[in-house]
Amino acid sequence: MLELALDARRGAFHLQVECRLEADWTVIFGPSGAGKTTLLRLVAGLDYPRQDAPVSGRVVLDRQVIADTNQRLWIAPGRRRSGLVAQQPALFPHLSAAANIAYGLRHLERAGRARRVEEMLELVDATELASRRPQELSGGQAQRVALARTLAPQPRLLLLDEPFSALDGTASDALLERLWEWVRANGVQTVLATHDVSDALAIGAEVLLLREGRQVAQGAAADVLAGERKRLLGRLGSS
Amino acid sequence: MDWQAFVLTFRLATVTTLILLAVAVPLAALLVLGRGRWLAALEALTTLPLVLPPTVLGFFLLVLLGPRTAFGRGIAAWIGHPLAFSFEGLVVGSVIYSLPFAVQPLVAGFAAVPIPLIDAARLLGARRARVVTSLLVPLARRSLVTAAVLSFLHTVGEFGVVLMLGGDIPGATRTLSIALYNQVENFDYGAAARTSAILLGLSVVALAAIYSKGLKRDAPLGGGRRA
Repeated sequence: MLELALDARRGAFHLQVECRLEADWTVIFGPSGAGKTTLLRLVAGLDYPRQDAPVSGRVVLDRQVIADTNQRLWIAPGRRRSGLVAQQPALFPHLSAAANIAYGLRHLERAGRARRVEEMLELVDATELASRRPQELSGGQAQRVALARTLAPQPRLLLLDEPFSALDGTASDALLERLWEWVRANGVQTVLATHDVSDALAIGAEVLLLREGRQVAQGAAADVLAGERKRLLGRLGSS
Repeated sequence: MDWQAFVLTFRLATVTTLILLAVAVPLAALLVLGRGRWLAALEALTTLPLVLPPTVLGFFLLVLLGPRTAFGRGIAAWIGHPLAFSFEGLVVGSVIYSLPFAVQPLVAGFAAVPIPLIDAARLLGARRARVVTSLLVPLARRSLVTAAVLSFLHTVGEFGVVLMLGGDIPGATRTLSIALYNQVENFDYGAAARTSAILLGLSVVALAAIYSKGLKRDAPLGGGRRA
């Protein structure tokens, strides 16, 4: 369970969120600029309170406080056991796909590491990419490898920031389905940020609706996104 | 040709370069990855030898490392002789004098590594030291080579600091540039021309080697072919 009470400023932009995400899979839905990425980066611990980017509030994951500005507590990203897959895959260019995936597995012995890398490559359907360098991968392939790299250390919280934007609809749906099964089997709470209403509706998860940095609604996808669904169906009907 | 000065100069430049790389890599990483207002002061301090007249730096070091200060006397008691007018003293002076030539290329190289890569490493549990060794250094290896070559050449060519701090002791502190000065002072222009030619040739070859590698970015953005 993830509890958020965050107030952050980035120039003129102001993010204010206070919610409790209890579902295994939550979609943060909102248009570009709504604050989805800022929120995920704060939860991941990548953005920290600075004079030019003040943050106040608290983040609690599975009853462990991982950030509390009142107590000047801001646990480092690598110690939160959360993984973030961003739109930009950010693979390490000097390492092969397999070495990228193994980067966060230093705690495992060699054989266990190799086994985990293989499992992850299979999960994202990228076994044949193991020895390739990031420069030799297409955008979609790089996103698959980036996902595998994030899943490999088995985070307890998975944050996905429009991670399949370079994949076509069918490939994205198939990967999402595999991922859905994997996170359920491994008990990983997942938060997916998207501005694509079809992603949000397809999963049928809990939805947190963000607009201009404020949470507008929270609840079942069918309820929160009823208006968006109607708009989408209307567009399909008129085409 | 003063071969003793030649050997001493190369020994000094090699030792200085090795020490500088060991110091400059963590220092540059701190300047790039660290946060806090004091970093600006630290960066200014590391850049200071670039603008300070070498004789001024040499004078301060001469006083600091000599018997006039407690520090100088302490060092002398510890190593058995004063640092001033010794090879070790020259190494200390050269490291300080050439510090910006090692730090600045590394800062530029490290800062060019895309932040999302550093974020990805931190999310995967990498602490600062691992970010430096597994990411910044391999991705900025051109900058590392540039820092090493510039440090080496700058040490080979230094004059003011060497003269102030080391004087002109054959086999101990007389470097090529001091030998060249002596040759000119003695009107031995033939020897001076040969010494100058060696210093010039070395600089040209080393710089050509750096620039022949092109001015490509050290670190391409990770992931996916670019159209």
